[in-house]
Amino acid sequence: MIWSIAWRNVWRNKLRSLVIMIAVTIGLSGGIIYYAFAKGLMEQRIEAAISNEISNIQIHNPDYLLNEELKFIIKDPENIIHKINKVEGVKAVSSRIKAMGMASTAETGTGVMLNGIDAANEKQVTKISEQLTDGKYLEEKGRIPIVIGQKLAKKLNTKLRSKIVITAANTEGVITYGAFKVVGIYDTENDMFDELNVFVRKNDLARMLGANTSDVNEIAVTLDTHEQTNHVLTILNDEFSKNISQKEILIRPWNKIVPSLNAMIEMMDFLSYIFMVIILIALAFGIVNTMLMVVMERIKELGMLKAVGMNNKRLFRMIMLETIFLSIIGGLFGLFISYVTIQYYGHYGMSLAAFQEGYNALGFSSIVYLEAETSFYIFTTVLVIITAILASIYPAQKALKLNPATAIRENN
Amino acid sequence: MGVIKISNLHKIYDESKIPVKAVNGIDLTIKQGEFTAIVGPSGSGKTTFLNMVGGLDVPSKGKIEIDGINIGNLPPRQLIDYRLNNIGFVFQAYNLIPVLTAQENVAFIMQLQGKGKNERNKIARELLETVGIGDKIDRRPGDLSGGQQQRVSVARALASKPKFILADEPTANLDSKSTNELLDLMLKMNKELDTTFIFSTHDQRVMDKARRIITIDDGIITSDVQKN
Ligand SMILES: Nc1ncnc2c1ncn2[C@@H]1O[C@H](COP(=O)(O)OP(=O)(O)OP(=O)(O)O)[C@@H](O)[C@H]1O
Ligand SMILES: [Mg+2]
Repeated sequence: MIWSIAWRNVWRNKLRSLVIMIAVTIGLSGGIIYYAFAKGLMEQRIEAAISNEISNIQIHNPDYLLNEELKFIIKDPENIIHKINKVEGVKAVSSRIKAMGMASTAETGTGVMLNGIDAANEKQVTKISEQLTDGKYLEEKGRIPIVIGQKLAKKLNTKLRSKIVITAANTEGVITYGAFKVVGIYDTENDMFDELNVFVRKNDLARMLGANTSDVNEIAVTLDTHEQTNHVLTILNDEFSKNISQKEILIRPWNKIVPSLNAMIEMMDFLSYIFMVIILIALAFGIVNTMLMVVMERIKELGMLKAVGMNNKRLFRMIMLETIFLSIIGGLFGLFISYVTIQYYGHYGMSLAAFQEGYNALGFSSIVYLEAETSFYIFTTVLVIITAILASIYPAQKALKLNPATAIRENN
Repeated sequence: MGVIKISNLHKIYDESKIPVKAVNGIDLTIKQGEFTAIVGPSGSGKTTFLNMVGGLDVPSKGKIEIDGINIGNLPPRQLIDYRLNNIGFVFQAYNLIPVLTAQENVAFIMQLQGKGKNERNKIARELLETVGIGDKIDRRPGDLSGGQQQRVSVARALASKPKFILADEPTANLDSKSTNELLDLMLKMNKELDTTFIFSTHDQRVMDKARRIITIDDGIITSDVQKN
């Protein structure tokens, strides 16, 4: 019956209870939606980074990582690629020749990263080919083609079918030139990437730089799902343990390739949890205040309960339960509202068109698909209950201290 | 059984600058089955006296023995349980839990005592029947008249099967008709169940129904009249 007294007591002063419930609802949904937004933003950034830029796993000559030079090639790439393709979970493998260079037009020039690729394989590994705003992706025929990012096109003030000149050091360190025709312009959500990376045919680049057409600086591996990354990594490390121990190759997963991304995610996660705790601390003050009013208002009633034989344990439990009910109702509404919001914007995406430029400049998408893990909902629910329990202690203590004789006496 | 023996009872309120001697040396024995009124002018110490007898307040001096147990010696936690199982209370106002129905209010005391659900509901119904509001057991206190609320209070006080019932001005908020009815009910319960009733009052008509009238003035007994 203590449960039902506590429950009914919540509704004695409906307006006051409603106010605190609404505060809890708003606070919680604010916190959860913020978390889902940050989470969605980060997940999309990772997704984009993996599918456009780095793929799940990359393999390099360890020396190349210290010094990104053309000459640090992977030994026997054919064999390695062949073996990787046989591993379960591997969707596609692409090999690349890479070199730093200058891209220039008649007007201006800028530094770029030259990616010499095999178009058919690369299409399977990264999604640049699907993000063309203009033209086509490195067709097999035609004169020395190049695909550049829109941001770069703007910077060079060039357009489709125009010619640009690429300057780079060849294998002997001598500066060489090559003329390329812009056949495609792509646009990912990461402006920095778009400005830097250009794609050319592997053979064209090798020929221009005097390298062997079978040379490879980088092998990129895409998996069926991101979750397989660590598993496949283990298999590959095992398979190529000899090459690794002889320092011929180094195999790295995406989160080792861009550790900053990983750190950012962990930071965002951590901040969301802290944010949630701060919200609940703020709400706790509101709850304590409400419950103190409750206790003050019911001094006589509480005195009567003590007088007729309700012990401190039960009295405490009654007040604690009332506090929990009060908080949990708002909490459930908050969870419900955030769940619906997250489901909706998780499906249709939340458009931040107004801030598009800023977001893209930082590599983030301007349409954010909200997402929240079940564990965050559980964390929040537990936090609400803990908050309610803590918030009930002080008001309950006040009630326990009441002297029944004086409590009943109070101005009858 | 049910003998209350009070000796040399004192209560001095000394929280303020001038100590108030509210009860100033009371010796008294109340036997099982008595129907006793405590009367006296306002401020004479009736409430203070009843609170100490009921274990709600601690005497400054003297002792209260109930069936040989000095309740002043009980630690606070045990005192609460003692009240629950041995003393019934009827107050002037704010007697009932407003969110519970009449039946739930009566059953609640028995739940605190650890009685099972079916048993306590049955006893609660029977008691409410006995006090004459068997048709209103599902009403909350707010939907009952003052007199009806006090009947529920009496039923609740009886529910714990106490050694005695203390009632501090139980009729002060009632009209004369309800006052009469409540007193008749208490008298009936006193006769039928042999439950001791000790109540304070200002009301001459209430005193007339009592079988023993103890008058207190300035914290001491000035007269103690037994009727037949
Ligand atoms: N907590 C307290 N602190 C100080 N003095 C108190 C306190 N409670 C009661 N008193 C004083 O003790 C005396 C006895 O009060 P008490 O309430 O027992 O009288 P009463 O006979 O019940 O009066 P009434 O008929 O008005 O209810 C009064 O002078 C009162 O002012
Ligand atoms: Mg009084």
